[in-house]
Amino acid sequence: MENIVSLKNIIVEFDGERVLKNISLDIKDKEFVTLLGPSGCGKTTTLRIIAGFIDPTSGDVLFDGERINSLPPHKRNVNTVFQRYALFPHLNVYDNIAFGLRVKKVPEKEILSRVGEMLDMVNLRGFEKRSVQRLSGGQQQRVAIARALVNRPKVLLLDEPLGALDLKLRKGMQTELRRIQQQLELTFVYVTHDQEEALTMSDTVVVMNNGHIQQIGSPTDIYNEPVNAFVADFIGESNIVNGSMPKDCVVEFTGRQFECVDKGFSPDETVDVVIRPEDIKIIPAENAKLTGIVESVVFKGVHYEMIVDGVDHKWTIHSTKYEPVGTMIGMHVDPYDIHIMKKTKEDEGTEL
Amino acid sequence: MKMKVLSAPYLVWMCVFIVVPLIMVAYFAVTTDNGSLTVQHLADVGQYANIFVRSIWLSVIATAICLVVAYPIAFLLSRMEKHHQGTMLMLVMLPMWMNFLLRTYAWMTLLGNNGIINYLFGLVGLGPYKLINTSGAVVLGMVYNYLPFMILPLYSVMEKIDKSVIEAASDLGSNPRSVLFRVIVPLSVPGITSGITMVFVPAISTFIISRMLGGGSNLLIGDLIEMQFLGNSYNPHLGAAISLVLMAIILVIMTVMNQFSPDDQVLI
Repeated sequence: MENIVSLKNIIVEFDGERVLKNISLDIKDKEFVTLLGPSGCGKTTTLRIIAGFIDPTSGDVLFDGERINSLPPHKRNVNTVFQRYALFPHLNVYDNIAFGLRVKKVPEKEILSRVGEMLDMVNLRGFEKRSVQRLSGGQQQRVAIARALVNRPKVLLLDEPLGALDLKLRKGMQTELRRIQQQLELTFVYVTHDQEEALTMSDTVVVMNNGHIQQIGSPTDIYNEPVNAFVADFIGESNIVNGSMPKDCVVEFTGRQFECVDKGFSPDETVDVVIRPEDIKIIPAENAKLTGIVESVVFKGVHYEMIVDGVDHKWTIHSTKYEPVGTMIGMHVDPYDIHIMKKTKEDEGTEL
Repeated sequence: MKMKVLSAPYLVWMCVFIVVPLIMVAYFAVTTDNGSLTVQHLADVGQYANIFVRSIWLSVIATAICLVVAYPIAFLLSRMEKHHQGTMLMLVMLPMWMNFLLRTYAWMTLLGNNGIINYLFGLVGLGPYKLINTSGAVVLGMVYNYLPFMILPLYSVMEKIDKSVIEAASDLGSNPRSVLFRVIVPLSVPGITSGITMVFVPAISTFIISRMLGGGSNLLIGDLIEMQFLGNSYNPHLGAAISLVLMAIILVIMTVMNQFSPDDQVLI
């Protein structure tokens, strides 16, 4: 697979403030890439650079191998689904979807059939004459997707398109979007701050923070092998404690030593120790290295979420086993579930 | 119920100063001095057809110029940073703080045969041109005085156009020209219609501007009506009849205008 979009050493400044601090990213053809990060991390800015609404202060934007830095948005072969849909309020559903084709002077007969295909795909047959202002959020969303896809772009950019929908609708649309992407064999670049959404839909997840790319990888890589504490914390809940590495495969935290599988740190280097809440098993307190008193229990549906006070650290545990508040419990973590990460300063990206 | 009580003063005001005078105008138009009904006055209005045509023509031109001048100004204003918009809006409104008559007098001295403009022409060996007492001067006076009434409604509509809608249009392949005609103009139609109304109605009924800048040769409907009430040709019945016809014409034009407005933004 070759790269369809490449960003090379992109820097963006607004009024002297650096929003993107040297970003490089390759997006492969027919790939579903998600830019994931908290608000203000630069993910929307990255998307708008690809769309052509922002000119990077420095760096190159390549599309199909050609530099397109100075190409205005209307000449780029990408289309965008905007955050608040940005439908044309003066046009009905049909005319909204037909907009791009009319601009390109496509014959009306062809427009009719192509808009029809789109209406079928997003399940909006019969809504042609409806004013877009009288549609529900989910319907407006689907018009926005159809309006972009009808132009058969090579790349579809989606800026938090499901943000305004309720949970159930959002889940449905996630599957729907994934289906459309696979059916049409398109490249999707998707921006979201919802980690679960990113893990569900993407081929590749790009985790961003503070204008830096933190990690690029498949959803399983990102979840199982986060490169630093930020990624670990942002992708699902994590227990993060300070620790040190006396030698390879041994880590010390909360005053005790544990077996682990990580190597290659300098002796006694201070590290972040990351443990997923679901990887902590509850065992009897007598023969446990880690103990604590259950401080709170919340029922979450599939599991209980417990906060356990272990003196040095408050542990978050996800377990199907119920332990009442105030019980002293023991905790066990398997060596391969203890993730060791180099300490990174907040503002820095990781060398990749 | 409470709303009704609160609106009472306004309703009384409306009756006393709008509805009753309108009825009086209509009554005067169709009666003679001794109170008998007649259509003679309305029929007499026909004699002044040329003045009606001139008034409509000049105010149409003035309205069109206002629209062409105001549209880009309003658009630029609406796309400026919020804190600059206030300053610019004030500059637009500034002339309106000065009395209408004074502003028009100022144009008299500027345009006069020995006025500043002709003086400047003289310096470079041109002119003097006949600037004042022409229909062009009347149109200029109308444009100058009523331009803010075109800019403000256009601005207030354009300011509400979401930036992302404009971005969406260019994302879908529209060049700047096509963004203008496919998105911005259609979305600013309510502003265009109300701007046209706010310029055209006062322009067609003005009598000060034509009197001061048009001389005797550019009589407008407003002048004609004024003459029937205050001038030498005192005839309030004819004046009322002309007023009635003028109102009817404006009503017809506005009804036509409303056909272009979205249903929920009808002006009258």
